[in-house]
Amino acid sequence: MADIRNENFTINFGPQHPAAHGVLRLILDMSGEVIDRADPHIGLLHRGTEKLIEYKTYMQAVPYFDRLDYVSPMNQEHCFSLAVEKLLGIAVPIRAQYIRVMFCEITRILNHILNITAYALDVGAMTPILWGFEVRERGMELYEQASGARLHANYVRPGGVAVDLPPGFIERTAIWCDEVMTFIVDMERILSGNRIFRQRTVDIGVITADEALDWGFTGPCLRASGLAWDLRKAQPYEVYADLDFDIPVGKNGDCFDRYLVRVEEMRQSVKLVRQCLQKMPEGPVRVDNHKITPPPRALMKQSMEALIHHFKLFSEGYHVPEGETYTAVETPKGEFAVYLIADGTNRPYRCHIRAPGFAHLQAMDKLARGHMLADLTAIIGSLDIVFGEIDR
Amino acid sequence: MTDEFAESRRAAHSELADHIEALAGDHCTRIEMLGDELVVTVPAASILQMLMFLRDDGACLFKQLVDICGVDWPEREKRFDVVYNLLSLRHNLRVRLKVEVAEGGSVPSVVEVFSTAGWCERETYDMYGVRFDGHPDLRRILTDYGFEGYPLRKDFPLTGFVEVRYDDTQKRVVYEPVKLTQEFRNFDAMSPWHGPDLMRVREALPGDEKAEKKG
Repeated sequence: MADIRNENFTINFGPQHPAAHGVLRLILDMSGEVIDRADPHIGLLHRGTEKLIEYKTYMQAVPYFDRLDYVSPMNQEHCFSLAVEKLLGIAVPIRAQYIRVMFCEITRILNHILNITAYALDVGAMTPILWGFEVRERGMELYEQASGARLHANYVRPGGVAVDLPPGFIERTAIWCDEVMTFIVDMERILSGNRIFRQRTVDIGVITADEALDWGFTGPCLRASGLAWDLRKAQPYEVYADLDFDIPVGKNGDCFDRYLVRVEEMRQSVKLVRQCLQKMPEGPVRVDNHKITPPPRALMKQSMEALIHHFKLFSEGYHVPEGETYTAVETPKGEFAVYLIADGTNRPYRCHIRAPGFAHLQAMDKLARGHMLADLTAIIGSLDIVFGEIDR
Repeated sequence: MTDEFAESRRAAHSELADHIEALAGDHCTRIEMLGDELVVTVPAASILQMLMFLRDDGACLFKQLVDICGVDWPEREKRFDVVYNLLSLRHNLRVRLKVEVAEGGSVPSVVEVFSTAGWCERETYDMYGVRFDGHPDLRRILTDYGFEGYPLRKDFPLTGFVEVRYDDTQKRVVYEPVKLTQEFRNFDAMSPWHGPDLMRVREALPGDEKAEKKG
């Protein structure tokens, strides 16, 4: 027999691959089944969001934030709204703050359901995604009831939220919370102790706390490495300071810990949603300044001033005073931030978007090196990659 | 955001400003507070020392470089700002560093201080054309393979120059100059009766030039 040649080779993973969670192209230098180097090529979903926002009024910019991380739209609208409100120097009514926090947490649950179940599917478990999508769909119905859209809500806007909650919403959300808790128990029963799932995730893609900081990790990926850092606790915005919740922390910083942190975060989010439902006061859901938020439709039929306000708001928009801010919130994936520069006109001068997934994906090379090719899908799944926000 | 929290953050950040002024003041050209946020302007030559100081000093411990981005100010002599956002988990502080750089100029790469800078600097290079000296792998990152120009510069048109489509006869994707069925319209919708001085905009607003001619 002729002598066997051992040669390293390069393979192309993606951009269309079901385990790539979008359009990720990876150039992998392989030595047999072992990854020597991973070079992610991103930007296949680049739409120039930051450039587009510079040509839109502040209000028109909000929908772009739904389309970044399209699995957790409202958290991102929220971040932009907070940035604009900070520059405008306005404070939103307390009911609006509760509605925002409630939806941020509902979104966190929706995001984690998708991530965990799709991740389980990547490593071979089919059932969780089937169960999860039923619960997730019901959560989307809550979105639909409030905003009219299942996905791209455009609900959280500078100055408050678009409309008040419909009648019966509180009760339906409370029922949904119970469904989620049941789902988490069921899912944990088939995943957390599952031998195959553990074999695929424990000790895979380990990152220590110091390395995680160095690579700019935030959110569940940072907490899985043992650092109890959560912006909702450390730099509380809206009403988070008044709510009771815990920060789950991992120990080993591997794929399995990232999964466990997300599962516990879902429980904490349910707790937060329930508290919001309980504590939410009656009252207005937008600031009472019709130069920033639209006047009620009924008022427009009678008041000329309200009509003018409405017209001016949806054509010219509002002017944001000169200034700049870096406003960060804790989205399901980590620290999402908007670096907004206003020049006093009705459009942002610059709106840079800090996406948590961008930093996480960058560490792919570090995480995957020395692992088998099959572990790569586990690592991608555990990082919670969504290309809408990475490519922007 | 709660007011008392913003207040305590402002106090913490101005304390940090004094600390930086005292220990690394000669590395900075300007230290200022914008609301409750601390912004430090640094010459390009001392960005590395400054980042290492902020990372390792006991009262700072900015272990995390959250983000790097660029800003374009075409009317300025040094046209671009490279903005570094840092986070200290230990002291719960944030600081923003700015480096001014002229068109065609370069900034030292900070990859050796923070690994996460690699892609952030690539993105800034991709979007603004700012070069980073000593970057191990300064390629374009978000734009298409073979893309030309720097899209986030203010003089780059929103519609770009090239568009792609699948050509059925050639059975491949072809690149062509952008053809718009309707001319690109950029409505600013600014009301002429507000007056430019009031709103502090740089140019006269549409409609105002007529009024001035009459008078």
